[in-house]
Amino acid sequence: MSAPTTERTRSGATGRGEPILSVRGLQKHFPIKGGGLIKRTVGAVQAVDGIDLDLYPGEVLGLVGESGCGKSTTGRAILNLQPATGGSVVFQGREIVGLNRKQMRPLRRDIQLVFQDPYASLNPRLPVFDIVAEPLVIHGLTKSNDELRSRVRGLVETVGLNPEHTNRYPAEFSGGQRQRIGIARALALQPKVLVLDEPVSALDVSIQAGVINLLEDLKNSLGLSYLFIAHDLSVVRHISDRVAVMYLGRIIEIADRDELFDRPAHPYTQALLSAIPLPDPRRERARQRIIISGDVPSPANPPSGCRFRTRCQKFANVLDDGRREKCRTDDPALADRGTGHLNACHFAEVQSVL
Amino acid sequence: MSTPGTTGATAVSSTGTISRGRTQSLPGFDAAAPLLQVTDLNVRFPTDDGLVHAVRGVDYTLRSGEVLGIVGESGSGKSVTSLAVMGLLPGSARVTGSVRYRGQELLGQSDRSMSRIRGKGVSMIFQDPMTSLDPVYKVGAQIEETLRTHDSSLSSKAAEARAVELLELVGIPNAGDRVHSYPHEFSGGMRQRVVIAIAMANQPEVIIADEPTTALDVTVQAQILEVLQTALQETGAAMVMITHDLGVVAGIADRVLVMYAGRPVEVGSVEDIYYEPRMPYTLGLLGSLPRLDAPTRERLTPILGAPPSLVNMPPGCPFAPRCPLHIDECDAAEPPLFQVGAGHEAACIRTEQVERAHGHAAEVFSGTATDAVLAGDALPADLALGEGAGDTTAGDTPPPDQTEPAADVPDTGSVISTHRGTKDGDRA
Repeated sequence: MSAPTTERTRSGATGRGEPILSVRGLQKHFPIKGGGLIKRTVGAVQAVDGIDLDLYPGEVLGLVGESGCGKSTTGRAILNLQPATGGSVVFQGREIVGLNRKQMRPLRRDIQLVFQDPYASLNPRLPVFDIVAEPLVIHGLTKSNDELRSRVRGLVETVGLNPEHTNRYPAEFSGGQRQRIGIARALALQPKVLVLDEPVSALDVSIQAGVINLLEDLKNSLGLSYLFIAHDLSVVRHISDRVAVMYLGRIIEIADRDELFDRPAHPYTQALLSAIPLPDPRRERARQRIIISGDVPSPANPPSGCRFRTRCQKFANVLDDGRREKCRTDDPALADRGTGHLNACHFAEVQSVL
Repeated sequence: MSTPGTTGATAVSSTGTISRGRTQSLPGFDAAAPLLQVTDLNVRFPTDDGLVHAVRGVDYTLRSGEVLGIVGESGSGKSVTSLAVMGLLPGSARVTGSVRYRGQELLGQSDRSMSRIRGKGVSMIFQDPMTSLDPVYKVGAQIEETLRTHDSSLSSKAAEARAVELLELVGIPNAGDRVHSYPHEFSGGMRQRVVIAIAMANQPEVIIADEPTTALDVTVQAQILEVLQTALQETGAAMVMITHDLGVVAGIADRVLVMYAGRPVEVGSVEDIYYEPRMPYTLGLLGSLPRLDAPTRERLTPILGAPPSLVNMPPGCPFAPRCPLHIDECDAAEPPLFQVGAGHEAACIRTEQVERAHGHAAEVFSGTATDAVLAGDALPADLALGEGAGDTTAGDTPPPDQTEPAADVPDTGSVISTHRGTKDGDRA
């Protein structure tokens, strides 16, 4: 909660007051059970392994990484949908980790989740009205049916759908419209924080753009804060104020948006940015691409020292043996190493790759 | 018995690697005929709701050695087109038109005679590497099967040696050992490498890649795109690259075909399409993309509404309900592809208005940047399209700003012609 001011400055969040959501050392390990009659825990998938994040009021914090890096698990652990195995999540001064369902309920009004797949996250047997009304009913926030109807109507209009269509079922809507329904449901309780887990990944670009614009407008008009989880860095650059990059359960770099995209310092961030094809033939063909080898290692058995070293182009091609030994044995902490923002590489160096 | 291919044995790939065997035309095919010519391809699927006209008149010619990118959103018919070319559609599909490979008609051929062409003449890379390999066979066996199908004289030892060589070529470490592994022992990226190895095993002249990197993470996608470039250099094959990712196409394609509602709506060189699009849909797609390289945060300009249902399509331009340049004439008849420049065609009667935007979507789509939503307007439900619900912006055609065009846009000397361009110019 009481993060030193200096640290906050370096992670790029200056002058934003107290964080509305503060995550410290968040850990989510999934036990691996052995075979045989008696299931003993023989190891752990370290899906999230010690994460610090601050979300400030009115801010969009992008959380990016490749599949399996733990970004979705982070979102769920923050919401206590999957209880964290360690660390702390403080929302407006209240510790969330360890609360049971009942204790969580009042907090759910303030912090809501929008899911990735609009085809799976809406109950196909409920008309849209019931889907959007459900949170209001559960929390008993409306006194009469008329009030409920007008609230739902307002919510559906806010997300750009025709309120006359609320008697229809999710199957009658396109992907973009369903995602808008999911957003309307999340907004029903007037939350302060939305955790958006890949909210536009399942949508076509022309539809995706509309949902992104909607999210921007909602943030500005309702004063929301977003934790925006996505793998598409173009979308993240567009919508975020600050960006955190995850790799194998850890945050490896975090900075203000332009700082991160223009002056990335961690070799993984650099590789990730350079791997994204630009929709501009001349620039795309003139680019020098950093191609990292191999795939993400198993989070059940992460490499010693720096978790990225097995794929790191710097480790493989640039460093001498003495420095490599440091990567092998010494787990780099998230710190400012003279690059102006926090990163977790012993040999961080700013390199522009776009 | 085999005739030298058009690319010739003397062709040296730019990397200077030894050409182990460049593409060769299959015996019995006319090596002088266009490599792959698709003419008026139509695919209809009978459903309970009526005939779904998934592909509605696709024409393209693939030249030797070129990469043709086919882009479009889901449901635009880009994958069905390529499955029709390969003869892989289910029996219920009604396919009409013509697909000629080296002059020979592929449509209507028996599965048996198609098998002679698949893999050797035209091969395919599928989207999902998790399902396109057989889980019960070792990857080596699956590559060897492809090799021996087309060359029964190949000994199993030689086939395995070639399989190892192919796995090395696509960047699989310890290929000699991994050839004995099962698909589940590989990661997604590695499996896609195996699929590419199978696709290039017989030096096909055409490789059709259907969203080959969509299921992969970006760092792995970058690896696979590099492997694909290697495969093209090694075999000299031409490629049809089907994708929804405009970034991937920008990097790899020579020409681009944009599909919408089962039809090509714009065809041109990659530079034409990205810098001087003439079809509002293409422009809208580009304006919808958040840019990684954008110095400032510009408002996105989405395309309102949703693609039309392909059952009982109304007359007129299928994009009209979503188009900010829509006028009454758009609803009269579906526009054919008009020639708008050298090798550049667009299916729109208002290409001159689009031209003024010079690729800046905001000039045409400015009305969509404010989400219709917060203004109190409703987005059309896609099923309500037929009821004219998509008219929220259609009525007010914003006159595109006629300010000076951006200076960095080159003059492509485009000629607006109202006549349909002859397709002969597309010949290799």
